[in-house]
Amino acid sequence: MLKGHQSWHFAGRPKIISTATVVGPFEGQGPLSDDFDVIHGDLYIGQDSWEKAEKKLLEESASLAIQHAGLTKEQIQFFFGGDLMNQIISSSFAARTLAIPYIGVFGACSTSMESLALAAYIVNSGGANYALAGTCSHNASVEKQFRYPTEYGSQKPPTAQFTVTGSGSAVVSLEGPAGSPVLTSATIGRVIDMGISDPFNMGAAMAPAAVDTIQAHFRDLQIEPSYYDLIVTGDLSKVGYEIANELLERHGIPIKQTTYKDCGMMIYDYEKQNVQAGASGCACSAVVTYGHLLRKLRSGELNRILVVATGALLSPLSFQQGESIPCIAHAVAIERGG
Amino acid sequence: MAKKKNKKLTPTQQQYQRLAADIEPKRPVAANCLKAFFSGGIICLLGECIRQAFVHFGGFSDKDAAGPMAAVLVIASVLLTSFGVYDKIAQWAGAGTAVPITGFANSMASSAIEHRPEGFVLGVAAGMFQLAGSVIVFGTVAAFIIGIIYAIFVPGYAGGH
Repeated sequence: MLKGHQSWHFAGRPKIISTATVVGPFEGQGPLSDDFDVIHGDLYIGQDSWEKAEKKLLEESASLAIQHAGLTKEQIQFFFGGDLMNQIISSSFAARTLAIPYIGVFGACSTSMESLALAAYIVNSGGANYALAGTCSHNASVEKQFRYPTEYGSQKPPTAQFTVTGSGSAVVSLEGPAGSPVLTSATIGRVIDMGISDPFNMGAAMAPAAVDTIQAHFRDLQIEPSYYDLIVTGDLSKVGYEIANELLERHGIPIKQTTYKDCGMMIYDYEKQNVQAGASGCACSAVVTYGHLLRKLRSGELNRILVVATGALLSPLSFQQGESIPCIAHAVAIERGG
Repeated sequence: MAKKKNKKLTPTQQQYQRLAADIEPKRPVAANCLKAFFSGGIICLLGECIRQAFVHFGGFSDKDAAGPMAAVLVIASVLLTSFGVYDKIAQWAGAGTAVPITGFANSMASSAIEHRPEGFVLGVAAGMFQLAGSVIVFGTVAAFIIGIIYAIFVPGYAGGH
C-alpha cells in the first residue's frame, strides 16, 4: 500500500469500469470533441445561473458514468467530488441530487486526480465495492468568482488561461469488464508556493508543484519516466508547460525518455479559439483524461500513463490581500487493462 | 511594494521567479498602446459626430449636446455588452474601450447582468457597482482635491460664477 514517502501502490488493481464526460459549447468546437459523451450547445445548460449550470454538469456526468457501468446509484457506496466554487457547492449540491454517501474534497484543479486516487484507495482497501469520483468547472462561474463579470471588457494577458466548462466522472471498482483501465498507483502532492501572486499566471504558479509530485512519484516507486508511454500534467498550459520542462531538466529527471504533454494544451485549438495560454479548471484534466486518454488506453494506443493534475489553492480574497498562490499536484498512474 | 515583497521571498523562490519571468510571454505593451490609441480615438470621434448631429439636427446648443451624446454612447455600450460583443472588442482594444464612458457603462452593465441570479436588491442593484464603485469613489475624491487646488491657485474662482 504505502510506497516510499507519499505514494500508494494499489495491489488489488482497482479498475475504472466506466467514465462519462459532459462539456460546454466552446469545448465542443475543440479538437477533442469526438471524445466527449455529451456536448451542450447552451452555456447555461438550461439553468438560470452559471452556478446551477455547473452543478448540472456534474449531476449529468455522474449519472451517466453510473449508467455506463450498468449500475444504479444505490450500488455506489461513496462519491468523491469537488470543484472550484466557494464551499464546493457544485459537488455538494450534485451529491444532494445523487443521494450517494459523499466525501467532499477540494484540490482546486487537481481535484480530478485527488478524487480518483481516493476512490482507488478506498476500493483497493475494501472500503467500497463501487466508488464514484467526479469533478466539474464552468468558465463563467469561475470568471465571476475569481476575476471579473463574464461580459466585462478586460484585456487578458498572454499568460491567462481559459477555464473549461465541463465535468468528468469515473466509477472505480475491483470487479469490472475485461479491458477496463487499471489504477496502479498514486502520489499525493505537497503544497508548493514559489511566490507567484498573479492570478492571470496560474501556469507559472503551478509548474513547480507538478514537478515536485512527478519527482516524488519516480522516487517512491523507483521507476523512470520511460515506464510510461505518456505523462500529462493537468492544466499548466503553454507557459507552465515550458517552465515544467525546464524544471524537470534542471532536477535531472529524464523526461525526454517519454512523451510529456499537458491537458490544458490539448482541449482547444489555439489557431481558431482565443484562449491565450490554454485551458484550465477542474474539468480540464478530468474530461481530457476520462474522455480522450482513457479511450486511447482502451484501444491499446497507449499502455501506461501518468496523469498529474495541478491545482492552484488560492481564494478570491487571498490574492486581493497580496498572498502568493500555493499550488498542489496529485498523480495517478493508469494502465491498460488485460 | 515590489521590493518589500521580494525581501520576503527565499533565494529559491527568487531564482524561480527569474526563470518564470524569462519564459512568460510579455504583454505586447507598445502594440496595446497603439490599439488603445486608435480604438479610443474612434470612440471619441464617434462621440463628437453624435454631438455635432445633436447640434445640427436636434437644435441643441454646443454645450447642451454633450449630455445626450454621452447617453447614446452609454446605451450603445450597454447593448453591445448585453449581446456579448463588448468583451470581445475589449480583448483587442484594451484601454481604448475601458477608458471612455463606454467602458464605465460596460463595467456597470456586465456586473448587473452577472449578479441578476442573486435578485434585484443584493444582486443587480448592489452588484452593479462591483467595478464601477471604485471609479465613482476615486473620481469624486480626485475632483474634490482638484477643486480645492483650483480654488487656492486660480484667483477669483472660489467666488463662483
